[in-house]
Amino acid sequence: MKTLKIQELSKNFGTTEVLRKINLEIDEGNFLVLLGPSGCGKSTLLNIIAGLETINEGNVFIDDYNVSKVEPKDRNIAMVFQSYALYPSMNVRENMIFGLKQAKVSKEKIEEQLQKVSKFLQVDALLERKPSQLSGGQRQRVAIGRALVREPRIFLFDEPLSNLDAKLRVEMRREIKKLHQQLKTTVVYVTHDQTEAMSLGTNIAIMNHGVIQQNDTPENIYNKPSNTFVADFIGSPSMNLIKGNLKQSSNQISFVANGSNFEIPINGYDFIEKSNLENKEIFFGIRPEHIFSKKSNEGDFEINLRADLSEYIGHEQIMTFDYENQEVLAKFPSTIKIELSKNTKLFFDLTQISLFDAKTEERI
Amino acid sequence: MFLRWFLYFVLILFALYFIFPLYVMIVTSLKTMEEIRQGTLLTWPSGLNFDSWAVAWGGRGYGAGDTFLKPYFWNSIKMVVPAVFFSTFIGAMTGYVLTKWRFKGDQWVFLFLLFGCFIPFQAILLPMARTLGVLGISNSVIGLVLVHTVYGIPFTTLFFRNYYISVPTELVKAARIDGAGFFKIFFKILLPISAPIIVVTVIWQFTQIWNDFLFGSTFSFGEAAPIQVALNNMVLSSTSVKEYNVDMASAIIAGVPTLIVYVLAGKYFIRGLTSGAVKG
Repeated sequence: MKTLKIQELSKNFGTTEVLRKINLEIDEGNFLVLLGPSGCGKSTLLNIIAGLETINEGNVFIDDYNVSKVEPKDRNIAMVFQSYALYPSMNVRENMIFGLKQAKVSKEKIEEQLQKVSKFLQVDALLERKPSQLSGGQRQRVAIGRALVREPRIFLFDEPLSNLDAKLRVEMRREIKKLHQQLKTTVVYVTHDQTEAMSLGTNIAIMNHGVIQQNDTPENIYNKPSNTFVADFIGSPSMNLIKGNLKQSSNQISFVANGSNFEIPINGYDFIEKSNLENKEIFFGIRPEHIFSKKSNEGDFEINLRADLSEYIGHEQIMTFDYENQEVLAKFPSTIKIELSKNTKLFFDLTQISLFDAKTEERI
Repeated sequence: MFLRWFLYFVLILFALYFIFPLYVMIVTSLKTMEEIRQGTLLTWPSGLNFDSWAVAWGGRGYGAGDTFLKPYFWNSIKMVVPAVFFSTFIGAMTGYVLTKWRFKGDQWVFLFLLFGCFIPFQAILLPMARTLGVLGISNSVIGLVLVHTVYGIPFTTLFFRNYYISVPTELVKAARIDGAGFFKIFFKILLPISAPIIVVTVIWQFTQIWNDFLFGSTFSFGEAAPIQVALNNMVLSSTSVKEYNVDMASAIIAGVPTLIVYVLAGKYFIRGLTSGAVKG
């Protein structure tokens, strides 16, 4: 039984297609992050799960029960919003128990839930305050509390941290992670921040143009992006995608970048489909953090590139190199000195590369 | 320094210019006819003589032809209270629907409602008279309540719609998940934060309806007339001597309620008008 299952879901606003044939499943207790650039449809998908938006095609199941036409209040979900959406005229207590009162829960039960949750979130001293008298972090906590008292099957978070300043955001991120560890409730979390997604999610679904590009663990998303969009979207700076061709001889496969006659052997690469590789146009993907200035692994491949640009950011520096008129970025500790406009010895960690078909932009 | 004094001088001059008519009205209303004939407009009255106020309010006590304001004042109250209430309430509802329960073509509905703000009063006199006749409520306070409510809805809707558009829609979403329905969300969540715009709307509608003469004089006469119509009749139908003191007292009585509303709610009026702009 899946806690949440989405089947062939499509949604359009007028003629604009927002979601296209979405399929998604979450196991009990997992933390799914919907990640994507703005306008990719992730918030719409969340609203559909909540029942706040209608569906054009497809179905949503919660605990194998089709809820596609069920009212939000009857879906056994709770939602935390970006603007907190606390009711301005009610104090914290009234805000938190509003839903239970609507559901006609007994007074004793309401009071018990309120005490439990408010202690747990450390807002028990704030119960009589109005939302306008709370700080950003406190409001966030009350909003989470309002969701918690309902004891939902699924928590929905709609960019809950993007209204907070950078420091508080990191703190609240840790709190949400702790919360999930303690409660083990299933979560669907929407964000456009990849750090947030990576650190919180047990699964990440990356979306673009209303389509799920990859739905996988954070490790796989990072190490084995399934297409160039995912490769480019995750990581900062994003993965270098060097255009070139594959070359295949008897038992040797290598990559040759456009305009170069230099072969990079990639025998160790784990191809999904090993046929038709000869002369295939591909993108050679390597992350900036997998390029080193010293040989660190046995299999590292040595290459000489001209350093063009250096960006110092404190604990590290980002260097831009020229590889036959294609830019290659690398990340080094800031203690290393590299002279600009000169050829520099670099080492590619070939165990960490990703190859993509240049036409379909899919991983090969 | 000179500039400052000059500024004050000009400001005081303007203030006097605006206060002057009020001064004349009050002073004249406190004089006897004798004093009015002998003195000038500006002469101070010999004493506080409220006789003309009593006459304006309650009449002289003889039968036919004695027009006084008291019954018409209550007519106006009976007209203005329900009309303000209904137009404000309906406007709030419409504004709520147009911003928080968007539907296909809602912009058109709003546009047509806005049209209502620009239609001159005179253009609807005949169709409205016919409507009231068909409904059987012409020449009645109820008829006037209906006219003012209908005519007020475009304005009140505009006010509330512009106010609610700055209220985050996530509030409504949160309430829906919490299990609140259409009316509960309106009464429990939106209405409690609408005080500033309610004040603005009430002042606006009260002033409009209380001061209206055209609808009052067209759709009512005799006993059903509101105070502005009665005031006009009273001043114009004096048979013998023009009693300026009574006229002045009547005019003040007819104007006082709007003044009271302004004084009581004035500070909210400014706040409400600007609140949407500041909060963003």
